[in-house]
Amino acid sequence: MKKLLIGNAAVAAGLYAGGISVVSSYPGTPSTEITEALARYPDLHAEWAPNEKVALEVAFGASLAGKRAACAMKHVGLNVAADPLFTLSYTGVSGGLVICVADDPAMHSSQNEQDSRHYAVAAKLPMLEPADSAECHDFAKAAFELSETYDTPVLLRLSTRVSHSQSIVEVGERAVPAAKPYEKNIEKYVMMPANAKRRHPVVEERTRRLAAYAEDCPFNRVENPGQKIGVITHGAPYQYVKEVFGDTVSVLKIGMPHPLPDKLIRDFAAGVETLYVIEELDPVIETHCRNLGLHPIGKEKFSGIGEFSQATIRAAFGLPDPAHLPVNATLPARPPMMCAGCPHRGMYYTLAKNKVTVLGDIGCYTLGAVPPLSAVDSTLCMGASVSGIHGFLKASSPEAAKKTVAVIGDSTFMHSGMTGLVNVAYNDSNATVIILDNSITGMTGHQQNPTTGYNIKGDPAAKVDLEAFCRAVGIRRVRVVDPYDLAACDAVLKEELAAEEPSVVISRRPCVLLKSVKTKPALVVDAEKCRACKRCMGLGCPAVSMKTGKAKIDPTLCVGCGVCSQLCAFGAITEGGEQA
Amino acid sequence: MNSVNIMIVGVGGQGSLLASKLLGSLLLEEGYDVKVSEVHGMSQRGGSVVTYVRAGQRVYSPVIEPGEADFVLAFEKLEGARFAPYLKTGGTLIVNTQEIDPMPVITGAADYPSQALDALPGVNVEAFDALTLAEQAGSAKAVNIVLLSRFAKHFSLPYESWTRAIEKIVAPKFLDLNLRAFSAGFTQA
Repeated sequence: MKKLLIGNAAVAAGLYAGGISVVSSYPGTPSTEITEALARYPDLHAEWAPNEKVALEVAFGASLAGKRAACAMKHVGLNVAADPLFTLSYTGVSGGLVICVADDPAMHSSQNEQDSRHYAVAAKLPMLEPADSAECHDFAKAAFELSETYDTPVLLRLSTRVSHSQSIVEVGERAVPAAKPYEKNIEKYVMMPANAKRRHPVVEERTRRLAAYAEDCPFNRVENPGQKIGVITHGAPYQYVKEVFGDTVSVLKIGMPHPLPDKLIRDFAAGVETLYVIEELDPVIETHCRNLGLHPIGKEKFSGIGEFSQATIRAAFGLPDPAHLPVNATLPARPPMMCAGCPHRGMYYTLAKNKVTVLGDIGCYTLGAVPPLSAVDSTLCMGASVSGIHGFLKASSPEAAKKTVAVIGDSTFMHSGMTGLVNVAYNDSNATVIILDNSITGMTGHQQNPTTGYNIKGDPAAKVDLEAFCRAVGIRRVRVVDPYDLAACDAVLKEELAAEEPSVVISRRPCVLLKSVKTKPALVVDAEKCRACKRCMGLGCPAVSMKTGKAKIDPTLCVGCGVCSQLCAFGAITEGGEQA
Repeated sequence: MNSVNIMIVGVGGQGSLLASKLLGSLLLEEGYDVKVSEVHGMSQRGGSVVTYVRAGQRVYSPVIEPGEADFVLAFEKLEGARFAPYLKTGGTLIVNTQEIDPMPVITGAADYPSQALDALPGVNVEAFDALTLAEQAGSAKAVNIVLLSRFAKHFSLPYESWTRAIEKIVAPKFLDLNLRAFSAGFTQA
């Protein structure tokens, strides 16, 4: 049946057709929808794991038990899962194992622009890379076969444009192979030195066999041989090359970026006058070509930074862009920001007001770094706020503890903040850690996590008791505060910064975008009482503006959280009903 | 129609998803190769958001670059002005005149460019108050359907193809509202 699907949904449909039994993932843009789509099927187990390392190890366990399994993550998630990844290359699999990893060129929603293809090379694993949704489906399905045939996990590399673009897919029927019975095999699965030494040559031999397979596998193909210009390309850039050149250049489309096919590349290069390698991010294919003694035109013309498009290709080849109006650079930008009624705002306002140094983390609340609050001092990776504040305080004077906090979301705390908190308690720093508990994984589009009390299907599940958890690891001072109550936030923050021992403040209120959250009517400004002091503007709430010389609240955006009215010294902001 | 490039632009949270879903479904139904591309994640939190819809005999790139769009459907005035350069010469900007202040305007660092649609030579600008039409049809949330209905007037497909696509995509309890909104935008000059 023909369907218009985003790449991620097509990957899910392909994995489903390929007989997947278990999927375990941690959400991360642009990979999240793969697991969400799989969770809608009744006849497999889908789950959100606390982090990508756990997810990959769950998938390993399912494979060991003889079933086909997968996990999906964003590029930086694979860093977290790298530990099991490298040794899974040695153990190989029983049931097919597919690891979907979605890169984010241009960093639409990420903290770096790393190229996951390096992981395939470093961990010596085959990697497939589709260029549209139809290939997402077909490659995902085929990856299970490849995994079992070559006894290896298979990486399926995606990118934002492939993951989040819809194109037409012929969805296959599901066929679940018979489960392989579990067989104890210590030499294969117990990776202690004596066994691992025996497995490493197996890995090298497997890579040689896969390189031979790559020469005429269905994932790599030559189009229009015999043209003067030859382009080796992959993934989304393939589409841009075809958009600009159609059938007027020869194309070697690489759908299997590791291992690369030496003979196919050499033969292709020999058949054209000028060889280009057009690849997004790092020169992985280009470097391989150079190692083969070829001299393609690559990164000298095509940047290793950001995303490509047809315009990138045109510019590199000196082809004209279509005529258009000049881009008006004077228009005010519209950067993302915390929503009206976002529960993080009240806590960030309190932190900014108290001029606190804030070690931040990954999530919606990273937006606390943008003006006017500008309340975040650092953002590195998942969990780095809690580990980082410990090191920061160890390297600073004791007074620093009176004006430094870490902030981390509930899901990020579960992901990798909790180990940092154990370290704070164990190695004794006077850190103040604020858990911004909005009862959901927000930025990636509302996924459940172990603190919410619900699983991926929305069914009731075990719920981590954050207060009890923090006490259990050795934090004696654990406070809970409502971030809509500015006076309480201020008092609790001051007390915990002053305390001579580590503390955790749980700033707790559900994300205002959750359907279960009942919002209040919009507030109104009494223009006669408003003195235009602009104090309310310091919140950076999109619903509050001062266009007419007086504060004004946009009734379509305001959810009546009341934080701005607590700031107004003149009682000018009130509930609408009282004004009528 | 050989091919058509449409951009849907607005402010994160305005509901461009339904519009692109409907267009994609309709064009697929009409037998075209279709690609729809959007970006999820951080930019959706009140930021400037863009969806590309491309249809033709064979579509390669999922994105649209400046000078390539036949139509830009803008949910908001400033976003309409921002993405007008993506139009081909002679292309059409269909824009809701609603103004939503971006953060630099809210903080007073910039003024809202209310006249930004006045000087766009070489493209057709159809600016209208889609929000009021949507509210008259029953809900401000139907702005997306009102904008689509304006676009439908330029497009050589029968009215029934559109209403069929709406029936297919929209949840039953919102169907009446959306059909009313479509009719309002389509019939109003």
